[in-house]
Amino acid sequence: MNIVVCVKQVPDTTEIRIDPVKNTLIRTGVPSIMNPFDKNAVETGLRLKDQYGGKVTVISMGPPQAKAVLREALSMGADDAYLVTDRAFGGSDTYATSYILSQAIRKLGPFDVILGGKQAIDGDTGQTAPSIAEHLDAARLTYVLDLKVENDKVIARRQVEEGIEIIETKLPVLCTVTKESNKPRYATIKAKLASLKAEIREITLSDLIDADVTKMGLKGSPTKVKATFTPKRNACGVTIEGNTPKELVVSLVDKLVDAKIL
Amino acid sequence: MSLLYTEEQKELLALVKEMAENEIKPYVKEADEKGECPKELYKWGFDMGLHMLEIPEEYGGTGLSYETTAMIFEELAKVDAGYAITFVTSFVALRNVILSGTKEQGQYFADKLAPGGFAAFALTEPNAGSDPAAMRSTAVLDGDEYILNGTKTFITNGALSKVFVGFFKTDPSAGHKGISAFIIDADAEGLTVGAHENKMGLRLSNTTDLIFENVRVKASSMVGPEGSGFKLALNALNLSRAFVATLAVGIMQRALDESVKYAKERKQFDTPLIKFQMVQAMLADMAIKIEASRCLVNNTMRMIDQGIMVQKEGSICKAFVSDCAQEVTSNAVQILGGYGYSKEYPVEKLMRDCKVFQIFEGTNQIQRMTIAGVLDKEYK
Repeated sequence: MNIVVCVKQVPDTTEIRIDPVKNTLIRTGVPSIMNPFDKNAVETGLRLKDQYGGKVTVISMGPPQAKAVLREALSMGADDAYLVTDRAFGGSDTYATSYILSQAIRKLGPFDVILGGKQAIDGDTGQTAPSIAEHLDAARLTYVLDLKVENDKVIARRQVEEGIEIIETKLPVLCTVTKESNKPRYATIKAKLASLKAEIREITLSDLIDADVTKMGLKGSPTKVKATFTPKRNACGVTIEGNTPKELVVSLVDKLVDAKIL
Repeated sequence: MSLLYTEEQKELLALVKEMAENEIKPYVKEADEKGECPKELYKWGFDMGLHMLEIPEEYGGTGLSYETTAMIFEELAKVDAGYAITFVTSFVALRNVILSGTKEQGQYFADKLAPGGFAAFALTEPNAGSDPAAMRSTAVLDGDEYILNGTKTFITNGALSKVFVGFFKTDPSAGHKGISAFIIDADAEGLTVGAHENKMGLRLSNTTDLIFENVRVKASSMVGPEGSGFKLALNALNLSRAFVATLAVGIMQRALDESVKYAKERKQFDTPLIKFQMVQAMLADMAIKIEASRCLVNNTMRMIDQGIMVQKEGSICKAFVSDCAQEVTSNAVQILGGYGYSKEYPVEKLMRDCKVFQIFEGTNQIQRMTIAGVLDKEYK
């Protein structure tokens, strides 16, 4: 089975502090990590490989320092890593990024399963990985807990608000995974050492011969950020007080009736 | 941090730290109270390869230097030194079989550990601690087998091991020159594991008696020539002394981490403790002893990497670092005051854990005898 996992380097948001005066994020000196959900995606890929055999390729778009997260994926057990990098790709929004990644994946493929995290913890859009499926005309399943493959049939369990959805589709498939999907493995010391010496190949604009340049970079991005601001805090909720569950329920129902909800 | 770490070492330390903090630390308090490490915790170490880090790749190890291996074990000891020493004891035993035994013996021993197994060194006896030559265990040749009899005590990893290096008198009249070493499978008939020792500290480390009653081993399982067991044991001790010292550095660093954190948070007379000169002096002295200890361990490890015999240096390292650790951890308890004495806080455990470092692998009194003995020879 040919598996590709899309990973992103993000700032470690648990290490971000807020400027007490300007109320903005202090980005300097914040360590970069692999997007945690992408780490789950790498684990999903490795488990598929453990079960069905095949190869796991990891791919990331970003500046040269993003090679660090590719090395991390290699240390976990991925077979190959590619960094998609070019000045022409800079400023890409989720549409352009997903287009560029899809072209790189097409060049490296064909793949049976494409994996990614459900969203990145910096942008939080959750758009890039699913959009790749659109560009490649592959089936798309989000919030996948696990998946089984029989010939070209895929049976996946999806985490949805109401519970767990079991869904069947065909290969090739793109799946995004969540924290609940698995617990990513640790690298062995041996694999970690090998990953630090591994060659990470680059895919640049010149490698994507058939791709449409107008769908790349800042100019190829339909998203325009008009302004960023800190939203006002909404008024807090109401705390219902009482000594017994019965008192609490009565008080709650009264309030709901008053508000004409009941 | 006093050492100049390479990028590679930094990456390895970060990986081990992440694993130890997430997977081991949450269970340490309960395991310390019970006096037993949950078996599933070892799997994390095995999966990462911590049981064979400095073992050459041809034996299935990772082939790291002693220097880097020691750094990794310091990191592990910050979380729990008892957990760490379980691995150290095991690979020191393996390393000595590789150094002193045949290629086949080394491979046999390594194969037992590679899939995830421990080994142990069985030297000490109830009446032969600092004086191994006084041991009473015997190995008697019978055809192409030796028959082993005797009782070993305070055996680290006694109940966990798949294989042992055991020391027996092949010539009871010959003092330390009558001692020979053997490889013994843990499931050998006649070998019984005694009760687990209820210890003051290092309670995640398994310590038992081993009772040998007519245990038969093939003559080919003797490591090195007959009568060379004492020399082999001393070689092993040179290595293990430096390694236990690195664990003591880890314990001390943890003690300092906890002490500084507390001294910054805790206020008395409206002032954080760290602003009081007497507390500052204590913290500074702790840091001085830790830095010096770490450098000493690092230098000793680099000497071992160069193949230098570290009889004197290993003893200096172990004695100095373990003496420092007693003082540093005791002062950590002092800085945390009543809370330091309480089991609610982690520092009393550090003080209990490090006491044995002045005792095992040769008491610090024996270390000083060794150091003076080498000095006597050096100045001849």
